[in-house]
Amino acid sequence: MFQNLAQLVRYRGLIQSLVVRELKARYRGSVLGFFWSFVNPLVLLLIYSFVFTVVLPNRVPDLRPYALFMFCGILPWTWFSSSLLESSNVLIAGGNLIKKVLFPAEVLPVVTVLANMVHFLLGLPILAAFLLYYRHAPISAAEIAWFPVVIVVQLLLTLGLALIVSALTVHFRDIKDLLSNLLTFWFFATPIIYPMSLVGEFPWSYRLLNVNPFTHLAISYQEILFYPGPFGHWKWLVALGAASAALFLGGYFVFDRLRDTFAEEV
Amino acid sequence: MNAIEASNVTKLYRRYARRKQFATLKSALVAGTLLRDLRPDETFPAVRNVTFSVPAGTTYGVIGRNGSGKSTMLKLVAGITKPTSGEVRVQGRISALIELGAGFHPEISGRENVFINGIMLGLTKREIARRFDEIVEFAELRDFIDAPVKTYSSGMYMRLGFAVAIHVNPDVLLIDEVLAVGDEGFTHKCLDKFAEFRRRGKTILLVTHALGLVERFCDDALWLDAGEVRGGGDPRRVVSAYIADVKKSEERELAAGDAKARAVAAQAAGETEPEAAAEAPGPAERLADMSKATEGRWGSREVEITAVDLVGDTGQPGHVFRSGERMSIRMRVRAVQPTGDFAFGVGIFNAEGGCVYGTNTDIEEYVSEHLEGESTVTFCIDGLDLVAGTYKLDVAAHTRDGVTYDYHRSLYTFRVKSRLNDVGMYRPRHHWEFSPNARFKPRAG
Repeated sequence: MFQNLAQLVRYRGLIQSLVVRELKARYRGSVLGFFWSFVNPLVLLLIYSFVFTVVLPNRVPDLRPYALFMFCGILPWTWFSSSLLESSNVLIAGGNLIKKVLFPAEVLPVVTVLANMVHFLLGLPILAAFLLYYRHAPISAAEIAWFPVVIVVQLLLTLGLALIVSALTVHFRDIKDLLSNLLTFWFFATPIIYPMSLVGEFPWSYRLLNVNPFTHLAISYQEILFYPGPFGHWKWLVALGAASAALFLGGYFVFDRLRDTFAEEV
Repeated sequence: MNAIEASNVTKLYRRYARRKQFATLKSALVAGTLLRDLRPDETFPAVRNVTFSVPAGTTYGVIGRNGSGKSTMLKLVAGITKPTSGEVRVQGRISALIELGAGFHPEISGRENVFINGIMLGLTKREIARRFDEIVEFAELRDFIDAPVKTYSSGMYMRLGFAVAIHVNPDVLLIDEVLAVGDEGFTHKCLDKFAEFRRRGKTILLVTHALGLVERFCDDALWLDAGEVRGGGDPRRVVSAYIADVKKSEERELAAGDAKARAVAAQAAGETEPEAAAEAPGPAERLADMSKATEGRWGSREVEITAVDLVGDTGQPGHVFRSGERMSIRMRVRAVQPTGDFAFGVGIFNAEGGCVYGTNTDIEEYVSEHLEGESTVTFCIDGLDLVAGTYKLDVAAHTRDGVTYDYHRSLYTFRVKSRLNDVGMYRPRHHWEFSPNARFKPRAG
């Protein structure tokens, strides 16, 4: 397994060019091209702004501007959920490669996660622009230093899950549908559209949310980007980082064990 | 040193039972069979106990019928699938031409696809850049290389895929029936490329139905049948053993088909009398008539054709003959009552239903005198000068002015094999002559 994992590093050239291909192919033929990577989150932000300032004004004072608060969570969530949804289909869609070419299958889910990460990164300038526009709470250098750590933790978590999901879906096609429902539930079980502080009054929910790994990612993003004051959630983040690394290895293990069955089952 | 070594390789494939197709995660969890469902339970061997080795620098052909496990074997050698038991060892870099352009993305340009495909096949970016012009040149796609691959014709697509795969510069090249990707010119280019590979001492494993290619190109051949090795060694010997086997099974198939047609005809004859029997057309009209009805048997049966055998050079009845060989159509005939008015005819039709030849004893001015009891009538063909193909045979017994005793329409099938690919209805006996200024090289083989 570790030998194969080392191979993954050797395939970085392949992964890199596949990610580039993925991004190029996605916008090929569209007029705005890469610009869509900016436009999509921008439009999303504008819609949320409208809904939550005009239609349903938010009454929690420390969440203003509310749209900005939400955006801090939604942007990474989109990376996470699209990665998993696309991973569930990636081996089946790439069946030709697995069946006809000697091809390291794990490259496919990894490329999916990375391509979505690029979209996430391209959304960040929009977020930064709005943070500046609202002259929101200043972000300290220490917080900026934590930001890439959050991204790495999310990357590990997403990769681990993507590997498991992609490998199992080859055998059980219904994971795809299961997953889309699960992700909807997961979204609402994560403090993205509401703050964690609001949940504090309900101990049962609070505990549930605390075992949800994405809770800590969302809180980390929010504390760094949205809330004033120093980044206080770092202990949780470090713990989650360790767990995510373990999950990644576990996910790779599962994938590696099922690898030989792919060529026959996809 | 052996470039490829396969020892006792068995590959079991999972057979999809109906239940399996609807296996879902839920049902697996509910039934508690999650782990068991991941293991194969109903299997069939695609390859069974296959052992062979390919010395480095040789060309090795694998032949066999559809479904004999050739492609599975190739995938095992390529490492795409793992053997269930046994071992496959390969020395050096492999390039597998199994499906050309398998990794192409339709939306991006040929140029970008060449790079990505090359990287998938194990080249670095720099290596591809160095070979890029050569690849495009080989694929004959200079003008289209920057167009998205989805706009390519299937031939262009295959050519590009082939060009990339062949320029990977592998030590071991695996080829699965991909020579038929382009027009004549491109095929020649591919063959030249293979010849170049051979000269440079590369190892080639070729899976193909083109037996001539195996005979011409390969140093060794392997014959797989139903997943098992049926023969190996000298390509000519293996190929001719394989051809003999194919012929045998073709014989069986044709004989079974004819028997079925005759059974149907026998049943139909009991129920209705076709109009053909009622009238009495002249000999020429009868020949025209023969091409109208499709299949069947009719007539008064006062003179009955009880059996028909096609006998070739071997003296044994058969269904498959070589073009030009001696062939006889032997009819067993029984007259219910002695008669003085009879004629026998035969008609040979090609697959399109065109009459290749038709005649009868009356046309050829044999005047009948007496027929009684059992007798044998043989139509002897000195040379079966037909082009390769499948032919249907009509035989008939009738009165001299055309009243049918027993007409067998298309109830017999035979196949003609030929080394040549000449075309037409029949092959006149011929040879070529050339004056000294028109010279040809001496023929190979």
